[in-house]
Amino acid sequence: MNSLLSIRNVAKKFQNREVLRGISLDVASGEFLTILGESGSGKTTLLRLIAGFEQPDSGEIWMADERLDTLPPHRRHVNTVFQSYALFPHLSVFENIAYGLRVQHVAKAEIPSRVEQALAMVKMAEFEHSAPSRLSGGQQQRVALARALVNRPQVLLLDEPLSALDANLRRQMQIELKLLQREVGITFIFVTHDQEEAMALSDRIALLRAGDLEQVASPREIYVRPATAYTAKFIGQTNLLRAQVSGGVATASGISWRIAGTSSESGAATFSLRPECIRLLGQFAPGVRMADGGPVRFRAQIKTQTFGGATDLLEVALSDESSLRVRIPSHGSLQGEAEFEFAAADAVSVRESEPN
Amino acid sequence: MYTRAYKATVAIPPLLWVTIFLLIPYAILFCYSFWQVSPLQVIVHAWTFDNYRELVRNPIYLQVLFRSMRIAGAVTILALLLGYPLAYFLSFCATRRKDLFYQLVIIPLWVSYLVRGYAWKTILGSDGVLNGFLQYLHITSHPVEFFLYSPFAVILTLTHIYTPFTFLPIFASLEHVPRNLVEASQDLGASPFRTFWRVVFPLSLPGVLAGATFAFVLTLGDFLAPLLVGGPSGIMISNIVVSLFGAAYNWPLGAAISFGMLVLVVTLLFLVERVEKKLSFS
Amino acid sequence: MRSRSVASPGSRWLSAYAALVYAFLYLPIVVLAVYSFNAGGVGGFPPRNLTLSWYRLLFQDDAIWSTLLNSFIVALVAVAISIILGLMAALALDRVNFPGKALFRRIVLLPLILPGIITGLSLLMLFVAAGMKLSLVTITLGHGTALISVATTEIFAGLQKLDRAQEEASLDLGANQLTTFWRITLPNLRVSLIAAALLIFTLSLDEIAVSFFLIGRNNTLPLEIWSRLRRGITPEINAISTVILLFSIILILVWYRLRTHGENIDENAAALPTAIQGDRA
Repeated sequence: MNSLLSIRNVAKKFQNREVLRGISLDVASGEFLTILGESGSGKTTLLRLIAGFEQPDSGEIWMADERLDTLPPHRRHVNTVFQSYALFPHLSVFENIAYGLRVQHVAKAEIPSRVEQALAMVKMAEFEHSAPSRLSGGQQQRVALARALVNRPQVLLLDEPLSALDANLRRQMQIELKLLQREVGITFIFVTHDQEEAMALSDRIALLRAGDLEQVASPREIYVRPATAYTAKFIGQTNLLRAQVSGGVATASGISWRIAGTSSESGAATFSLRPECIRLLGQFAPGVRMADGGPVRFRAQIKTQTFGGATDLLEVALSDESSLRVRIPSHGSLQGEAEFEFAAADAVSVRESEPN
Repeated sequence: MYTRAYKATVAIPPLLWVTIFLLIPYAILFCYSFWQVSPLQVIVHAWTFDNYRELVRNPIYLQVLFRSMRIAGAVTILALLLGYPLAYFLSFCATRRKDLFYQLVIIPLWVSYLVRGYAWKTILGSDGVLNGFLQYLHITSHPVEFFLYSPFAVILTLTHIYTPFTFLPIFASLEHVPRNLVEASQDLGASPFRTFWRVVFPLSLPGVLAGATFAFVLTLGDFLAPLLVGGPSGIMISNIVVSLFGAAYNWPLGAAISFGMLVLVVTLLFLVERVEKKLSFS
Repeated sequence: MRSRSVASPGSRWLSAYAALVYAFLYLPIVVLAVYSFNAGGVGGFPPRNLTLSWYRLLFQDDAIWSTLLNSFIVALVAVAISIILGLMAALALDRVNFPGKALFRRIVLLPLILPGIITGLSLLMLFVAAGMKLSLVTITLGHGTALISVATTEIFAGLQKLDRAQEEASLDLGANQLTTFWRITLPNLRVSLIAAALLIFTLSLDEIAVSFFLIGRNNTLPLEIWSRLRRGITPEINAISTVILLFSIILILVWYRLRTHGENIDENAAALPTAIQGDRA
C-alpha cells in the first residue's frame, strides 16, 4: 500500500481513562477511510491526535516519511472540517475560506481565484459575501469544507460533519462528498458513528471499540466476513449463534451444520448469520441449488413479521426458545410454524472480543 | 402564559419607583439648572440659560472638564492594559485554577473604595511607604513630593480601582469565544499569536468596549480620589459640583454641570451601543 | 508528558505580567493590613514595633460602632428594597411587553454606570422639593434606588437559565400563577437572589457617593471614616480598614460558595455587560 499516514502504536489517556490503547493504522494516499465507532470509542480523539489538538502519550504518527506528532497544529499539512463547522462569525464566507491562504502568505493575486474555485467545488459560489450566521446548517458545512480544501492539504479530517443534518440532506451530502473526494484525490479520514454512512462512503472502514481497533477492511469485507461478534452486530444486523463444535460439525439451538474446512477443533464457537441469508422454504424456484453441500434446514415458529418495504423482517423462535431474525422478500401475512434454510458457508465464524 | 394580573403586579411597582426616584429627580435636576441663586443664598426660579452660559464662558470649568477627561482617558487605557492580559491569561492559560484566580481579582473590588484610596494615600505620601522604601534602598535621598497630591496620584489610584471593572466584561467575552474557532484557526495554519490577533481579539471587542465605557464614565464622575490624593492640581469636575452644593452654595450651577454630565454619559452609552451592534456577529 | 497547551510560547511572559497585575491590585491592601500593626502609624519603611494598640483603640471607639450599626441597618433595608423591586423589574423585563420598555430598561440600569454623585444629587433635590428631612431614611432610599440595577442584572441572568417548561408544567398541574411563582420560580432563583443580596449588602456598606448628599444627623460608617480622614490621618483607620477587609473576604467566600453551586463563573461577569448592551439581555 502506498501509505501516506502512519499511526504507530498510539495511546492516549484522559484522567486515568484509557481512551486509545496502542492503535496502529496505515492510511493510503487518496483513500477514503472511515473511523467508525460508538461514542466513547476514541474515534474523535484519534482524529484530534492527527490534527494536532492532542498529543499522544506514547507512539508516533508519521506522514510521508516525516514525523507528524511533534509538529504543532498550524504546521501540519492536515486540515479539519469540524463537527460544529467553527466558521469565524466576524468574517464573511469569502474571508473564512481565504483565511488559511492569508496566514500561509499565499500570493495576494492568487487568493480570489482559489477561493472562487473552492466555492464552486462545494456549489456555494453565490454566497461569497454572506455572513456565516445567515447560512443554513448544510450551507455552513459546505463552507467549512471549502475552507479546509482550499489549502490543498495532504489529508482532510472530517469530524462527523453530517451528523447535524436531516436525513435527506445527509444522503445528498454523502453522495457529494464521495464525488468530491474522487475529484480532488485527497486522502479523507472521516469519523462517524453511523455504520450505514461508513459503508456508503468508504474505501475502507476502521472499526474502533473502546480504544482498540476491532477490524480494518473494506465495507464489503467487513460486512461479509466480520472478524468479531461486535463487528457483526455493529455493522448491519445479524444473528449470533453460540454453537458447540465437534468433529467438523457445529450445533446451535438444535440446528447443525458442517463447517468449512477440516478442523479438529472442538468446543464453543460463535457464528454470525445475516438475516438475509436465511430463506423461507418455498420462496424460490425448486430448481435452484444451494452451493456447497446442501442447505441447512430447520423449523421455527414465526413470532413477528415487520413490513419493511421491499423486504420483511421476521422474528422466529427455535425449539429452545432462542430467536433468530430472518429477512425475506416481502410476503403476505405469515404465521405459525415454517421451514427455513441457509447455506452453511454463510455462518461466519467470529471471535468473541474481550469485554472492556 | 402570564395573566394580566401577573404582568401588572410585576411591572407596575418598579415602574412607579423608577419614575418617582429616578425620572422625577432627573427632571428636577434639569429644572434647577435653569434657576439662579440670589445674593441672599436663596434659590430663585428665574428660568434662564445663564448657568450654562457660565459653564462655557468661564474657562475654569472647561479646563477642569478637560483635565477630568484626560485623567479618565489615561485611567481607561491603563486599566485596559492591565485588565486585558489578565483576562486573557485567566481565560486561555490558567485552565486548572481559573476559579481561584477569578476570585482573586474580585476580592479587591469588594474592599471599600475609601479604604483603598486611603491606602494609596499612605503609600504615596512624602512620609509614606513608597518614599520610605525608595530611601531605604538609597534610590532617592529625600521624599519625592510628586507622588501624592497630583494628577499622577489620582490616575494611579483610579487605575487600581477600575482595573477589575475592565477585567470583568473582557473576561466574560473571552470565555464566550468558542474554543473550536481557536482550533480551526490553528488548523488553517495560523500561529498562536496570529490566532489571537485575527480571531480572539476581534471577538473580544464587545467586552473591551463595555469595560472601557465603565472605566471612563465612572472615572469622569469620581470625586473621592481627587479629594484623597489629588490635591489642588488634581481637582476633577465632580469636585466642583460637590463644592457648589457645599460651601460655594450654587445649586443651580451645580445642577447644570450635573445635568451636562448626565447628558454626556447617556450620549456616550448610546454611541457605544451603536458601535456594539456593529461589532456583534451572532 | 508531551502535552502542549493551546497558547504556549508567550505564556510565560503572560504569566509574569499577570502576576504583576495581581501584585498591583493587592499592594495597597497588604500595606494597609501590615501597617495596622505598626506602632509608628503610617510612616516609614520598614514597619517596626508591631502592636495591637490601634485595634484596641478601635474597639473602644463608640462613634465607630454606632455608625457601623447605622450602616448595617441601612444596608439591610436597602437589600430588601433592591431585591424586591429588582426581582419585579427583572420579571417585567423578561416576561412583559409594555410601551416604553426599552426606556424603562435603560433607566433602571442607568445608576449602575452613572457616577453616584448624579444619582445622589438628583435624589437630594427630590427630597428637598418634597420637604423631607435628610436622615438615614433618605440614605436608605438612595441606596435602594441606586442598587436596584444590581439586583435586576443578577436576577435577570438567573431568569434566563430558568426552564420555562417547569412553570408551564406547574400551571398544567393545576397551580395558579401565585403558587407557581412561590413554589417554582422563586426556588429556582434562590442562588441569584442570595448572590444579589450579598453583593448589594456589601455595596451599601461601602456606599459613599450617593450617601454624601443625603446624609442627615447620623453618619454611616464610610462617611464617618471620611470625616475623620478630612481631619487628619489616624492609623486607627488602618485597623478599621483591615477589619472591613476581613469582613468583605468572608462575605465573598460565602457568596462564592453559593455562586459555584451549579453556575458558571462567567455568568456573573457576563451579566454586567449584557445589561449595558440592552437588547441582548
